[in-house]
Amino acid sequence: MHIIDNGNVAAALGVKLSRAQVIAAYPITPQTPLTEKLSEIIEKGEMNAEYIPVESEHSALSVCIAASSTGARAFTATSANGLLYMHEQVHWAAGARLPIVMCVVNRAVGGPWNVWNDQQDSISQRDTGWMQLYCSDNQQIIDTTIKAFKLAERMSIPVMVCYDGYILSHTYMPFDVPTQEQVDSFLGEFKADYVLDPDEPANLNTVTLPDVRMDRDGVLAHGYMEIRYLLQEDMRKAVNEMKKIDDEFLSVFNRGGSPHVEKYLCDDAEFIAVGMGSMTYQLRPVVDELRNAGIKAGVLGVCMYRPFPDKEIAKSLKDAKKIIVFEKALSYGYEGTLATEVKSAIYDNRLLFTILPEITGLIAGIGGREIKTHDLKEQLLGAIKSEKISETNWIGLKL
Amino acid sequence: MQAKSTILSLPTEEFVQPGTRACTGCGLAIAYRVGLKALGKDTILVVPPSCLTVLQGLYPIASTKLPCLNVTFASTAAAASGVLASLRARGKNNIKVAGWAGDGGTSDIGLQALSGAAERGEDFMYFCYDNEGYMNTGVQRSGTTPIGATTATTPLKGKLQPKKDVAAIMAAHNLSYVGACSAAYPLDLYDKIKKAIDMPGTKYFHIHIPCPPGWGFEPRYGIKIGRMAVETGYYDLYEIVNGEFSLTAASKKLVEKRKLVPVKDYFRAQSRFKTLSDTKIEEIQQAIDAKWEKYYKNEE
Repeated sequence: MHIIDNGNVAAALGVKLSRAQVIAAYPITPQTPLTEKLSEIIEKGEMNAEYIPVESEHSALSVCIAASSTGARAFTATSANGLLYMHEQVHWAAGARLPIVMCVVNRAVGGPWNVWNDQQDSISQRDTGWMQLYCSDNQQIIDTTIKAFKLAERMSIPVMVCYDGYILSHTYMPFDVPTQEQVDSFLGEFKADYVLDPDEPANLNTVTLPDVRMDRDGVLAHGYMEIRYLLQEDMRKAVNEMKKIDDEFLSVFNRGGSPHVEKYLCDDAEFIAVGMGSMTYQLRPVVDELRNAGIKAGVLGVCMYRPFPDKEIAKSLKDAKKIIVFEKALSYGYEGTLATEVKSAIYDNRLLFTILPEITGLIAGIGGREIKTHDLKEQLLGAIKSEKISETNWIGLKL
Repeated sequence: MQAKSTILSLPTEEFVQPGTRACTGCGLAIAYRVGLKALGKDTILVVPPSCLTVLQGLYPIASTKLPCLNVTFASTAAAASGVLASLRARGKNNIKVAGWAGDGGTSDIGLQALSGAAERGEDFMYFCYDNEGYMNTGVQRSGTTPIGATTATTPLKGKLQPKKDVAAIMAAHNLSYVGACSAAYPLDLYDKIKKAIDMPGTKYFHIHIPCPPGWGFEPRYGIKIGRMAVETGYYDLYEIVNGEFSLTAASKKLVEKRKLVPVKDYFRAQSRFKTLSDTKIEEIQQAIDAKWEKYYKNEE
């Protein structure tokens, strides 16, 4: 059924259709309408789930960690400082291999206080062991939320579904809401490998030594390093698993086909703009204009940020002369994180390239600074025409 | 009223295996062993980092025969809420949930989550085993370290502030049950758990835990020190059932006896109070006497 609604409602409907059993959340702008919607759906009896209105984000993820360890499909959502406040638990959920799904409604982090959009919040959680998927419109939000549960449960690794605050979370646009039957057939029930159970007692997440250790039957059990290595190995496998899940999704819902990256006019492009989230759709009309002026430009949207699909990204960029990375977050003291990683992906896959492309980084929309389409065009054109590789530029900076 | 347990009437089934990693003379080992007997088999435990994490052992061997979720320091009560939510969602309504945290994990870093869970009326039992400091990390001061106690972070003068009264904070949440217990009176602990186990909402237990290395006494005196805390009227055994306060066990008997052991005896039996002056001890004695005058009056 096609409806017109905002991104937070799209996420809420995705969670409802995925039959999350335990939802815990603490209010923070711009996530609030999502959790309000879920509590309303549950109170009305339209969804059979436990909603725990916790006293903090740290507790929100604690509830999800414990609920998931006890066999329930668990969901939470947050933004900005809320995500940072749960940071300890973010690491824990991944280390404990719990398939929790969390929507991160991207917002700038304080200080100073700022409630508007950028992506510094989720990017700062890059190294926690969570998978991170980024959405560019409301259809992708509902679809990605449903896929996220499947991906998380298949890999036993938690997933963040990230979408831009306000630009998507509060913006109405048409999207299709799949039927419950479709989602049930795609997703199935959550079956955990082990569930806390008095009939089969086990002590979970107990102190684990640097080295392997024998159990009481003389069988060697993993040390901390083995456990962490397996997380890394499974994360790398998840790149291909996402492709399979996207194929399954395509066959049920007739949508998808971009599990890792979304290409717009990339195939013959000499100049490719790379980004994540809603900005990549804002770049499309810019590229159209450049095409009309005879410049072969394209846009590459990165949909999966962790695990980083380096091969798929490198393949999409292999014939470009120049790559311009637009992003709403950075690693202070160096440059935009995506720019760093695109460079790394190209280096690691350099055998695909006849000539290594030039790469320029551009920072935009920090703290909700308006990104004007004509500014994007000017910056993109500037980068295309520039003879030398420039330092990272901040679009629209007024110093 | 239920009959009082005796050492012979306790269930023989053990949920804590022999050979734990607790220190010799650890009061927690007693309270935990007896506490789990009272909770019974159909229980899921939630434990933050603390001496109990050490007691329970190192992966892949565990000393506890109940399912146990080890969680981060601040999250015991929130995690217990999550276990409960999951059990409800999965229709497993016969399983109890119990959090066991230390005094730092309760009175300091875990207080927010505990208050939140209690306010939401989460139906679980929370045990704060209070050895009056961060003993697992090497005896640093906590919110429940008593005034005058030297610790690794109050090394010369002893702690200058009085102990935080967590049971009173929890009582202010209008809980169905708040119990103050001691490892030196395990049967009182057992009976209190049995009494509270089916009461609604959050049930809070505060357990005084003598700690030989942290408090500075020989391991063989653990029970003696714990009893002195009660017999001096310094630490009281009581329960608050739906708002009604009453002393229990040895503390109740003290009201009848009307004779407290001088608190100086308790302080001088532990090296942690070595810097506590006689003048200060006299002040504390006066505060104890005033508290007990009220207890005597209430009995009349």
